[in-house]
Amino acid sequence: MGMKTDEKLIVKGERLDGRKPDEIRETEMKVGVIPNANGSAQVRFGDTIAIAGVYGPRPLFPKHLQESDRAIIKCRYNMAPFSVEERIRPGPSRRAVEISKVTRLALEPVLFLEEYPETVVDVYIEILQADGSTRVTGINAASLALADAGVPMKDLVVALSGGKVDDTLIIDLCGKEDNYSEADIPIAFLPRKKEITLLQMDGQLTPQEIKNILKNVLKAGEGVYKKQKDALMKKYEE
Amino acid sequence: MTETRNIVIPGEVLGETKEKKASYGTFIEDGKIISKFLGIPKDSDGYVSVVPLSGVYLPRRNDKIIGFITGVEKAGWVVDINAPWLAFLTVSEAVDEFIDFKKTDISRFYDINDVIYVLVSDAKGGNVHLSMRDPMARKLKDGVTIKITPSKVPRLIGKEGSMINAIKEKTKTIIRVGQNGVVWISGEKIDKAIKAIKLIEEKSHIIGLTDEITKLLSD
Repeated sequence: MGMKTDEKLIVKGERLDGRKPDEIRETEMKVGVIPNANGSAQVRFGDTIAIAGVYGPRPLFPKHLQESDRAIIKCRYNMAPFSVEERIRPGPSRRAVEISKVTRLALEPVLFLEEYPETVVDVYIEILQADGSTRVTGINAASLALADAGVPMKDLVVALSGGKVDDTLIIDLCGKEDNYSEADIPIAFLPRKKEITLLQMDGQLTPQEIKNILKNVLKAGEGVYKKQKDALMKKYEE
Repeated sequence: MTETRNIVIPGEVLGETKEKKASYGTFIEDGKIISKFLGIPKDSDGYVSVVPLSGVYLPRRNDKIIGFITGVEKAGWVVDINAPWLAFLTVSEAVDEFIDFKKTDISRFYDINDVIYVLVSDAKGGNVHLSMRDPMARKLKDGVTIKITPSKVPRLIGKEGSMINAIKEKTKTIIRVGQNGVVWISGEKIDKAIKAIKLIEEKSHIIGLTDEITKLLSD
């Protein structure tokens, strides 16, 4: 968002990578990629790769951070220095802190945290390769990792981004579309009840456009949910 | 491809509350019974439950577990029990004789890094208390400990101990299995026993596992 380009992002109804406006990129999901973690997953959307590890519930220190009636969830979103074309400075930036927080808020409603008082669930998300929509890819990976870790959950969390380029509403933005889009909306939701846990917007859209994007994302999200399910099942099929 | 048991994911609907009752590993929402875990669903006498395929140990009263002493306090020991919480073993629950705290250093009974087979006497929320008042409770000397997923402990033990006894016999080892997923092994062919236990953990959801283990052990 923000930058301008003379290049046409949509030519004859096709996007830069040949997708239709309401088509998602090729995805790949793998569960149990980190043997040392309680649960882990790797998710790829096109050229965006995120890996998530879940540790816990485990004892939390210092003690003043503990909640006496529930577990807390600690979330860290981090981009690897080599994940983008120009090296990104390692360590938490303003952007990474914000995304860590919204990821935490997107995941919190699905967990039965009250079953583990005084403990912490650590969720670490690393972006290995970034090509747009990294936060939703991270949330998808974290959702799978939490299920793999055996943390009690109400539902999985499915995340997908929507946006607008060249006056066309699209979903699952790639890096270039992200940079030159008129608006983008990352969305995370619970597939069973269609409850939304993450909804951010950058840019300008009319209320009707937002409704249309939401509709498209919820529809395409079902496919992502099915892929998450298959990935979890696959770990136990040999 | 080998035959696997049916697997459910978190959020999957297992039935209606009108027909069945919700048991462990499930919750009720809008009259529906829904799974909390990635696990194997079970239906017995109208009770629907889900056995998780992974997850941490939740201490329950009267569980027999294996713990590691991590701290010696004034009147007891802090024990790591492979759970989200640390447990406490008081001197009165561990030693029968009278102890004068002013004169005695209790680390002569149990010291840091000791491994103990112990009973959970109370577990409420994050408060876990242990007791050595059990005929089997003792310090485990020598041997090696490995960790497996706690929900797979029943599979490792087998029906009336069939699986664990087979491993013990064939490998000439002494094995103690804690319900918290810590397994202590001592004896001759420890490597082989560990290999068998790891295989059980990996393939616990496959039907006909006993045959595979017997094959591995007889090689």
